Amino acid sequence: MSERSLGKDLLGLESLTAEQITLILDTAEPFKEVSERPIKKVPTLRGKTIVNLFFEASTRTRISFEFAEKRLSADTVNVAALGSSVQKGETLVDTARNLEAMRIDMVVIRHPSSGAAQFLAERIRSNVVNAGDGTHEHPTQALLDLLTLRDKFGRIAGLKVCICGDVLHSRVARSNIWGLLKLGAEVAVCGPPSLMPLGIEELGVTVFRRIEDAIQWADVLNVLRLQLERMHAGFIPSLREYYRVFGVTVERLERAPKDLVILHPGPMNRGVEIDSRVADGPHSVILHQVTNGVAVRMAVLYLLAGGRPELAEAAKGKGEVAE
Amino acid sequence: MRPLLLRSGRVVDPSQGLDEISDLLIREGKVAGIGRGLGVPDDAEVVDASGWVVSPGLIDLHVHLREPGQEDVETIASGARAAAAGGFTAVCAMPNTDPVTDNQAAVGFIVKQAQAAGAARVYPIGAISLGQRGVQLAEFGELVSAGAVAVSDDGRPVASSHLMRMALSYAQTFGIPVADHCEDPTLSGGVMHEGLVSTRLGLRGIPSAAEEIMVARDLLLAELTRGHIHLCHMSTKGSVDLIRRAKDKGIKVTAEVTPHHLILTDEACLGYNTHAKMNPPLRTAADVEALREALKDGTVDVIATDHAPHHYDAKEREFDDAPFGVIGLETALALGITQLVRPGILTLAELIDRMSCAPAKVFNLPGGTLRPGTVADVTVFDPEARWKVDPERFYSKSRNTPFAGWEVFGKVVMTIVGGRVVFRSGAD
Repeated sequence: MSERSLGKDLLGLESLTAEQITLILDTAEPFKEVSERPIKKVPTLRGKTIVNLFFEASTRTRISFEFAEKRLSADTVNVAALGSSVQKGETLVDTARNLEAMRIDMVVIRHPSSGAAQFLAERIRSNVVNAGDGTHEHPTQALLDLLTLRDKFGRIAGLKVCICGDVLHSRVARSNIWGLLKLGAEVAVCGPPSLMPLGIEELGVTVFRRIEDAIQWADVLNVLRLQLERMHAGFIPSLREYYRVFGVTVERLERAPKDLVILHPGPMNRGVEIDSRVADGPHSVILHQVTNGVAVRMAVLYLLAGGRPELAEAAKGKGEVAE
Repeated sequence: MRPLLLRSGRVVDPSQGLDEISDLLIREGKVAGIGRGLGVPDDAEVVDASGWVVSPGLIDLHVHLREPGQEDVETIASGARAAAAGGFTAVCAMPNTDPVTDNQAAVGFIVKQAQAAGAARVYPIGAISLGQRGVQLAEFGELVSAGAVAVSDDGRPVASSHLMRMALSYAQTFGIPVADHCEDPTLSGGVMHEGLVSTRLGLRGIPSAAEEIMVARDLLLAELTRGHIHLCHMSTKGSVDLIRRAKDKGIKVTAEVTPHHLILTDEACLGYNTHAKMNPPLRTAADVEALREALKDGTVDVIATDHAPHHYDAKEREFDDAPFGVIGLETALALGITQLVRPGILTLAELIDRMSCAPAKVFNLPGGTLRPGTVADVTVFDPEARWKVDPERFYSKSRNTPFAGWEVFGKVVMTIVGGRVVFRSGAD
């Protein structure tokens, strides 16, 4: 696969090279500006049809993709699992064949099963973008995290990033680990051992047992959402204890040797994994992440559609486009 | 039935320590003689077996034939034909059908269907508990009198230690083994081996301990009751270590391993390959190494396929939703020759022992030997013939194998059951 292209699909960051990841981040730069215009639309993907296939509830990611598509002038259709043929028992392979028959250009898929995006990609000719598959990967989330860090620090290489919380069930964690390692960051994870996957060290990350130690070490904390279900399934005793032992609080950050940057993929559980004063405080770049999400997704869609990276600046055009 | 003379084959019969070029005469359903230059009865069919191996018929202690209940994926007849095509003269059918083989009539049905099929022999395995619900013992006496050769709740692990204790005790009345699928239900719920690969794929893992805890429990209960525990499809190094120690202590335990656990690792799941989804799951290279060693030194007694047919639609799904299991009857012998004998891990005689003599002993079945006067269940194969695994050519109704496209050595030429040729290559 050429370094200057992504291939047919974006399924995860594990299979991408550092050059490909950098290509996406570089391509996202010119698209950031589109969202700052009074009329936020460029003609780049005019005539392309994109289906957003969401088998799992999502607000932020779905809306972010939809804005990215609309700002590139693509025609989009949203399909949610509820109320669709999926709920009537249609298999993923049949859904795929039906989409193919309607000659769509791209599919953005969010699915509760790991591997679902790859499964779809292997069975249709359209481009497939993974918007989160089970506990496998969520590549565009990691890309927007990387873009945000690059904005903040001017580089990724050499940064010390600790991913905190429920790594076991987190697709955001896996994509971030691959992306950060490939771009030369040092990566650590911190959370209850009951929420750490086996063999995580073998991926090349450091494991911290105590959040205090992670804070001493890190430049950046990427704080994962802790889902309420984990308590009922016996992974942790209570959310209260989780906050007391692993919560990212102002008091803990005050003891850090330097100012840390705080990322969170959202939606946040204030007072569980993160102190509201941290989320709303000066260290937080959480809303910057959301803004970058649209630009990164525009870049991914543009590149998969065959857009040439060197033309991204020109592709966004000088001004608004007449419909 | 005409007498059959297999002339000048390499007769390999570990039960008699035999490995030599010889003739084998079959008359009236029995082995009539082994030796050079045997006299040819006038009406005999003579087959030139030079270059071929003549061995006691292969026996598979662990298959799922899906009938009754799922006749679209396999029937007793199609399974028995697939077995014969794979060189098996007998298979033992697990009871997790719908309805469950937990009573005399259900056992009788399997016996009747198998007789009608007239291919490999099919021995029913009865359920340990009614409906395999893990609560009340099935009537072992009636199961055995109808033809069952063992009991098992395979597919539904026996969670209750009390029930397993009772089964191991009570089964001794009839001299049958209790076969267990070892899996702690509170530790399972995953879809593949828990380790680095499951972490990368984001798939829920089944830790090795889920199996080993139950292996340890079953061994302790076998010691307590002095019953015969047969451990199905062992998959971990820890399990074989436990079995080795138990055998040293004299505990009555036998164990099986599948071809896929002897050959593949969890890396076969990469790319979300649902044909590598089975339970117990494929483990690590260290486990494969330990299983091969255990098979060699006799800690693990037999190779059994755990032949588990599924409809192609069922495997054409998200990994989480695809069912566990692969088929194995038509590839087991060739995989054994290619992956175990040719690289020098087992001798050919050892492979035949683990696939014929040892299984006969473990479940106390006829066959597993070519001793004159015994039933003429015989497998003839060309150990050098090379072929490519093509599931479209299988006799099984299902195609779910992880070995499609593999180049293998060893092709079954004839399968003989009770003196009758039930499979002959090229004869279809």
